This record gives sequence, C-alpha cells and structure tokens, in this order.
Amino acid sequence: MRVDLQQVEEAAKELYIRALKLLPPDIKQGFDRLAAGETDAGAKRMLGTMIRNIKVAEDTQNLLCQDTGIPIYNVRIGRGVELDGYGLQEAIRRGCARSTREYSFRSSIVHPTTRRNEQTSTGRGVPIIHIDFSDEENTLELEMIPKGSGSENNSWLKMAIPAEGVDAIKTFVVDCVLEAGGKTCPPTIVGVGVGGTSDLCVHLAKQAATRALGTHCADPEGAKLEAALTGAVNMLGVGPQGLGGDSTSFAVHVETAATHITMNPVAVNMQCHSARRARAIFRPEGIEYGF
Amino acid sequence: MHYDFTPPLSETDVRKLRVNDTVTLNGTLYGIRDATQIHMFDRGRKTRFDLAGHAVIHTAPNVRKVGNRYEPVCVGTTTSDRMERFTRPLMQQNGVRLIIGKGGLREESLKAFGELGGAYLAIIGGAAALETTWVEAIEDVDLDDLHPESLWQFRVRGFGPLVVAMDSHGDSLYARVNSDSRGRRAGALASLGVKT
Repeated sequence: MRVDLQQVEEAAKELYIRALKLLPPDIKQGFDRLAAGETDAGAKRMLGTMIRNIKVAEDTQNLLCQDTGIPIYNVRIGRGVELDGYGLQEAIRRGCARSTREYSFRSSIVHPTTRRNEQTSTGRGVPIIHIDFSDEENTLELEMIPKGSGSENNSWLKMAIPAEGVDAIKTFVVDCVLEAGGKTCPPTIVGVGVGGTSDLCVHLAKQAATRALGTHCADPEGAKLEAALTGAVNMLGVGPQGLGGDSTSFAVHVETAATHITMNPVAVNMQCHSARRARAIFRPEGIEYGF
Repeated sequence: MHYDFTPPLSETDVRKLRVNDTVTLNGTLYGIRDATQIHMFDRGRKTRFDLAGHAVIHTAPNVRKVGNRYEPVCVGTTTSDRMERFTRPLMQQNGVRLIIGKGGLREESLKAFGELGGAYLAIIGGAAALETTWVEAIEDVDLDDLHPESLWQFRVRGFGPLVVAMDSHGDSLYARVNSDSRGRRAGALASLGVKT
C-alpha cells in the first residue's frame, strides 16, 4: 500500500479537532461506572456535571476542554506499507498547524524560554511524533492525543534501586496521586511506566496514561499491578477535582520494559478526565476514523 | 447557602461566604492567566481595567476574531496552583475579591483571603463546553500581545453554581481533603501488601 501524504495531512488536521470535541466511548463508559459507584453526594454531582459537559460539547459541536494540549501523533506502520518517512512527518506537522488555523482554536504551544506563541500549535519538536511498526498487512494507524497540561505538569520519575523492590513502585504511585490532588483534573487515568531506561520509563507512563480504558498491560506482571493499584488509589478519597470522594481515578494503567540489573525505575504520568484521543486507520480500501 | 452576585463586591459580601456555600455570578468577569500575571506583577505592566471588587477566573480561552472584536469559542478554566504567588498582589494592588479556578490554591492564598477579604470558588476543570454557555460575550481585552493569555473582560450570565472551596475564615476544602487523603495512605499501602 502506497500512502498518499496529502491524505495524511488532511487526517492529521481532522484528528486534532475530532479529539478536542468527541470523547471516546470507553471514557464515557468509565464516567457512568464511576458515577454509579460514587457514595459522596458532592462528588456524584460533579461527575454528573462532567457527563453533562460531554453532551453539551457534542450538541454545540464545541471543544470539551479549553486546553488544546500538546499535540502528540502516534504512527504505526504495518507490513507492506510504502511511504516517504520524512514526508510523513512534514505532512503531520502541516496538518496540525492547519487544524489550529482553520478551526480557530487556541494554540497552546510556546518556545520554552522566550514563551513566544506562533499561534500554530507547532514549534521545535512539536507536534510530538512517535513512529512504531506493526505486523498488520497494509495498514497505517495515525493516533492523535491532545495532552492537557494540568495533568502533564504532574509527571514524575524515580530511579529506585533493586533493593527497594516492587514496594517502591507501589508506594511511589500512591504518593504521586496524593501529591497531584486536584491539580490533574481527577478522575484521572494514572499511567505508570516500570523498567527500561529513564526516558523509556517516562514514555511507557505516557503510553499507559493514554491507553483506552478496559485495555490491560500485555505483561501479566504489569496487569497484576494495574488491578492492585487501581483499588489502592481509589481508597485515598481525593475524589473528582480533588474535592473528596471515591472517584479519584478511572484506572491505573501500567506498561513495562526490561531494565538493567542495577535499576528499578518507575514513572508516573496522568491523563485528566478529558481523556481525549482520536484515530485514523488507512487501508487500501480507504480511511476509517474512530478512537 | 447560595449567593447570586453581580460584581463589584464589597468586603462584607465576600466575608459572608463559607466553604461549601455556592455562588452564581452575573455581569462582569475577568480572565487572567500565568503570563498575564507575570507581566503585571514581575514586569510592572499596568492594565487599564479596574478590577476592584471583581472576580477573576484562571483562563486562556479559545476565541474567534470578528472585525475588531473577539467572540468566545470555548472558555474553560486552568489549574490555579501555578498562579499561587499572585493571589496577594491581585488583591492588594488591584482589589480583586474572588478567584475562580480549579485544583485550589495554597496556604499563602488562604492567608491573603483572610487578611484582605477574599475567597476561592471552585469550577469543574475540563467542563469548558458547559462553562462557555454561561459566557454571553467578550466585552473587552487588554494586554492582548500576550494572546491567548491576555486580560479578558467577559460578560457572564448564570455563571455557576460554583463551590466556595476557600473562604476568608481560614477554611479550605483542599486542605481538608488533603489531610484526610494523607490519613488514608497507610491503609492504601497495606492493601498493596506494603509495610509502612
């Protein structure tokens, strides 16, 4: 399959605005589940308002949240796909900037020291583009994640040591949730990276935080941690917006990688309740939009 | 207790507010953000707006320019914690009475609310599509070279109900929840088989 880069540019543009307006069904179901189980009256009201906001955004075709985030594009290239790699990156970058201009939403991206905003949602190294490969025949996946800053500003890495064991990982996650309080716009998805190098560990935490609800870590050890940590963080009573309640997190997601014999790294990255993402799948028969 | 307020407000008005009361605002509301306050309080820039007795909301909205005016597209709220150190100067130098935001402010802001007569109203972060329906218009804008972190003057109707989360009597819902959550830490770790 030969990929038309003009179509990639259009998809990159469409995915950004779709992600900002439509919350994925798994997150909506997550809200319903939390609202049904919430025992704190104030927290239940707040979850009700968040659910109402999703409907208002759909009805008025407006953005769910004012924060248009840092644009992240995850590309997965299947077998038999032919494309110009450099051209692909440029097409995504152009699509991202066009989305901001043509749909007139806020560019949240500035130079890190001059704080200059080019009003294009792009800049040095932004959009962030991750390229990976899959064994699916003739398929190109383009996923867009507008990562909100309230949750991103609460990111942590701890280079624990082997003698501290898995307990260090568990304790760190609980303490990060406590430290975040209401700043990350709970209920959150708590993404945990375990293992790898420092940079891979943080990247795994981001992958975990932005994964669909209801999916589980492919590593059974990671999946076990997910279940235990989800229960534990929801015992803390942080609640929606940090104002108390049972619903602190939709789930804790874990991603793992092998690490060095001397290392025991753990990273936490959170996704806010506006857990937005959008996806386009390119196949020989056409492009399919979804989540 | 619920209050319907149309700013400007007096010190007596805001001192009535207690944690867990609710407030709905009508009339003028100012939008302010990190860069706005860095420029006002660290770089000495002045605004032509008179903020005395008014409410400010931590925001940088999505807007559309029509002619020489702006129309609101999506107005939401950002995390307040980053702007903690600007609470006191906003109140002392500009006479602001209410701060609206998400995630709460810290001990120093709570002190400023007590000493100068102010309160923090919590809005639900991320519920911006709904919040936008409470904004009637953008009436004016100042310091727009900082766009979108300009100083925005909104006209709002039925803006709320917002929960009083920090009051002028030393009470903070965030401090209460934080203390309660830390008390639950040992139990959460025990459920994970971690000894503390």
